Amino acid sequence: MTDKRTPLHEEHVALGANMTGFGGWQMPLRYTSDLAEHRAVREAAGLFDLSHMGDIGVQGPDAAAFLDHALVGAISQVKHLRARYSMICADDGCVLDDLIVYRTGDSEYFVVANAANTDLVLAELERRADGFDVGVKPVPTALLAVQGPRAEEILRATDGFEEDPEASGGVTLENLKYYACAPMRFRDEAVVVGRTGYTGEDGFEIWVSPERAVELWRALLSAGEPFGLVPAGLSARDSLRLEAGMPLYGHELDTTTTPFEAGMGRVVRLDKENADGAPLPFVGRDALAARKGAQPARVLVGLRGEGRRPARAGYDVVRRGVDGTAGVKVGSVTSGVPSPTLGYPVAMAYVTPEVSAEGTELAVDVRGRTEPFVVVPLPFYRRTK
Amino acid sequence: MADYPATLKYTKEHEWVDGESPATVGITPYAAEALGDIVFVELPEVGATIEHGTVVGEIESTKSVSELYAPVSGTVTEVNQAVIDDPELVGSAPFDAGWLFKVDVSSTGELLTAEEYAAHAGV
Repeated sequence: MTDKRTPLHEEHVALGANMTGFGGWQMPLRYTSDLAEHRAVREAAGLFDLSHMGDIGVQGPDAAAFLDHALVGAISQVKHLRARYSMICADDGCVLDDLIVYRTGDSEYFVVANAANTDLVLAELERRADGFDVGVKPVPTALLAVQGPRAEEILRATDGFEEDPEASGGVTLENLKYYACAPMRFRDEAVVVGRTGYTGEDGFEIWVSPERAVELWRALLSAGEPFGLVPAGLSARDSLRLEAGMPLYGHELDTTTTPFEAGMGRVVRLDKENADGAPLPFVGRDALAARKGAQPARVLVGLRGEGRRPARAGYDVVRRGVDGTAGVKVGSVTSGVPSPTLGYPVAMAYVTPEVSAEGTELAVDVRGRTEPFVVVPLPFYRRTK
Repeated sequence: MADYPATLKYTKEHEWVDGESPATVGITPYAAEALGDIVFVELPEVGATIEHGTVVGEIESTKSVSELYAPVSGTVTEVNQAVIDDPELVGSAPFDAGWLFKVDVSSTGELLTAEEYAAHAGV
């Protein structure tokens, strides 16, 4: 099957991007240098094409009740123009996808799924909609993200980009809260701007029609250049999210993992209730209720490398032998990079609970060689506000 | 093509070697660019006997790891400490300051001319 292309494909190619297949799409891996793009986001701003993400509209009188049933979070409690990180789980409590739900009206939401999982999430939502007065449909849209400390200034300076206080109830870029969204305008078109992201920095995600995506992309690049904005690819996105301790589906999360093991138990709301006060039987509830409070067989931890060699996904985590040799296997690395911001290797790994305490000295088998790593709290990096 | 000096020989695994003795070995700009930002280089030890076509080290970038193959057989006489200390040199100057090691050559494997390599790599 040929990879799909976003509306910005030709822009990426024209900028000399190194393109790669990702989640069924052709996406820019990097334009110039992973490190330069990563650093630009930490120090100024980066522009990302996220049009591969799956946008699913949920509308109808039962939309809130339906999402409470279909997802693990208390979505009906999300206020108008706010967003929430949630998960869709299977009956066994394992994660089918992690997603962000934006409430854009009283009975109107949109759900952003991972690119590779979009079809599955859509099919599951449609299946779970049975019995609810709700419509579930994919929304053809382009998604651009401006991430970094200069993001707000850049949006403000973008030609044709305007706040729309009338439509947003007075919400502007300045007072748009973290995990909130608001309608704004780009030239003659309504766009939705969310103060969300996946880099650990302040930043915005902008939904625009596919037809206007190139125009907005160019306007942002042009306005952002004096502020240090650069286009940034998937490689920088991965190292940024890993420093920020954010899970990636297919690495930290998959169909063998519950939210509890991933350290995401807080997104599971077992206290959701029906209108009559009875526990709400959302999909996966029984399995998750049975697991809550129990010690999972494995725990997601942060690892800091003491040497120079990064651990990579799939490498064994072992006990550190006294003579420098590898001890017994205690876990597996899910993601690892040399941290551009911190200057040492960082990794996330699932390990057995007895070696998960902060400060535990472990090692990673880096292609036959034992490299020392120590358990540290997540995230590795937190921006100063 | 202009980026690939005709004075050097190349391997299908994207190493280059010059015709001197001891011979200097590095990786091509094509390989360096494909790897991305290089963060770690492991080289054979001085005095090691290496055989062409076998793995003698590793080059690690922010995103991936590649094995380094010996383009020639012989004894390693020198390694470039500068690239061990500053691996980004491999990417920024693959034919110059980013060279990797030197070998007292006993024999060579199949080596490509610049023209053949360019055709092979599609550069």
